[in-house]
Amino acid sequence: MSTLFDCRIAFAAALEDIARQDPRIVALCNDSVSSTKLSHFAEAFPDRLFNVGIAEQNMVGMAAGLANGGKIPFVAAAACFLTARALEQIKADLAYTGSNVKLCGVSTGLAYGPLGGTHHAIEDIAWLRAIADMTVIVPADPVETEQAVRAAAAFVGPVYLRLSRMGVPVVHDADYRFEIGKAARLRDGTDVTLVACGTLVPRALAAAKLLEADGVQARVLNIATVKPIDRQAIVEAAVETGAIVTAEEHTVYGGFGSAVAEVVATTHPVSTRILGVPGVFAPTGSSEFLFEHFGLTPRSIRRAALELVRGGGAP
Amino acid sequence: MSIDPQILRRRANDIRRRNLAMIHEAGGGHTGGDLSAADILAALYLGGVLNVNPEDPRAPDRDRFFMSKGHCSGLLYTTLASTGFFPEDELATFMQPLSRLNGHPNVHVPGVEANTGALGHGLPVATGAALAAKMDGAPWRAFVLTGDGELQEGSNWEAAMAASQYRLDNLILIVDRNRIQMVDRTERIVGLEPLADKWRAFGWSVHEIDGHDHAQILDTFAALPFEEGRPNCVIAHTTKGKGVSFIEDRAGWHHRVPTEKELTAALEELEEAVE
Repeated sequence: MSTLFDCRIAFAAALEDIARQDPRIVALCNDSVSSTKLSHFAEAFPDRLFNVGIAEQNMVGMAAGLANGGKIPFVAAAACFLTARALEQIKADLAYTGSNVKLCGVSTGLAYGPLGGTHHAIEDIAWLRAIADMTVIVPADPVETEQAVRAAAAFVGPVYLRLSRMGVPVVHDADYRFEIGKAARLRDGTDVTLVACGTLVPRALAAAKLLEADGVQARVLNIATVKPIDRQAIVEAAVETGAIVTAEEHTVYGGFGSAVAEVVATTHPVSTRILGVPGVFAPTGSSEFLFEHFGLTPRSIRRAALELVRGGGAP
Repeated sequence: MSIDPQILRRRANDIRRRNLAMIHEAGGGHTGGDLSAADILAALYLGGVLNVNPEDPRAPDRDRFFMSKGHCSGLLYTTLASTGFFPEDELATFMQPLSRLNGHPNVHVPGVEANTGALGHGLPVATGAALAAKMDGAPWRAFVLTGDGELQEGSNWEAAMAASQYRLDNLILIVDRNRIQMVDRTERIVGLEPLADKWRAFGWSVHEIDGHDHAQILDTFAALPFEEGRPNCVIAHTTKGKGVSFIEDRAGWHHRVPTEKELTAALEELEEAVE
């Protein structure tokens, strides 16, 4: 069992470090100082963290205004409320206006487990990637999170960072260099490609190991930038491996798998499976339970890959 | 005072006339609300209230003006052109294919600070801008014009609380209180009164003025900030469709386009009014 890390810690540490160098960096949250891990930022920069209360529409609107005034706001809040409640502000005040604001949705996907459908954020990728001029990044581990925060700060324009609260293992080497729009090939393979983002990346890697025992060489792609997506890496995967399985902690409607499938279908169509939350609200259960329940596991990814490779049912 | 209120009155009616002609040419626009707020925008831009420079529309220390009632883009464009932000000839492209003069304001137009049109967005954005100025100890201010029906959007009241909490006395909300929203009178749909009391209860310093009295508008803005540490609210009592007798105070003219005959009559009325 490898050590698990909370990516929110890496996010907060990176933000604090950038803020130390760049006085334009400010943070906003909706009474979520602790759940966004910004307590230390608040101590270090008491005049640069604004807890605007439980009011997401105003929070995102204010961020646009702060950006208009020359600041680089990072808006950190539970993804479920940040994206759903303030969606029109995200569309009009950030993307359409072109505001240099970074949204940091935390506790994404099924992370809130038994707190239920109000707290699950399994539609946010679909919503945000549908908006023109939005950049959507789903880091997989603390190494990537740390770099994605820096890349978002350096990028001029609105960015959505999707940060889980679930413990994840480190999947990237220390010399890994994250780049917006660039996929990372974590494992070579020629029989099938497992494409994942966020919490599903270590699971895809584990599935690839299982597949090795089946005699199947699976390529693993971590596509952290869901938008703009790395079309070249996807086309290469389709051409070179002939089969694609996507996996995401998100609804299968319009999300990460859809983004990958859009490229596959319009360039080099190959058999594709999209694993994620089917179009249902999750039942009560811990996030780990729900991952099992919805088949977001190495075993399920393996089964889907075998079905594609062998053209039939899993053994 | 940098401008004679009588001259401002004339300039405001020039804007009204150009605006009406533009709406007629384009075959679209928001006639009633444009005319209602024309005196306020004329005062802000031509009356020397806003510290803005058409030659340098992105100057860091400019005053910000956010047109929250974005459907009145026609009035904003006409005023910006009159102020010199872009050539007046361009008004002929209003809502034409590929024109940057969209039916709602966007930042591609010099002088426009935010893409508005969805209601209830301007005040939160202006609140954030005012906060940025306060953080920097900068002298610039954030002005925002909302409609009155627009105040039914809850986001305004989120911002109202935040602006008060952050003591943003460099934030100026102007409410175009013409008492009519798209289909009917505000008080018959979801009433706003007592409106001034609401803003006071939210911690704002409130002035109620006649939104067509140029001297009073200029005096009011000259008195900013009204109280140290409190955001400013100007409730400008206005008449929707102001300046044209057959358009005034009629919900039906929210986005009705004047016919050729109506335009001629309206332009004549507005010309006579300034003589």
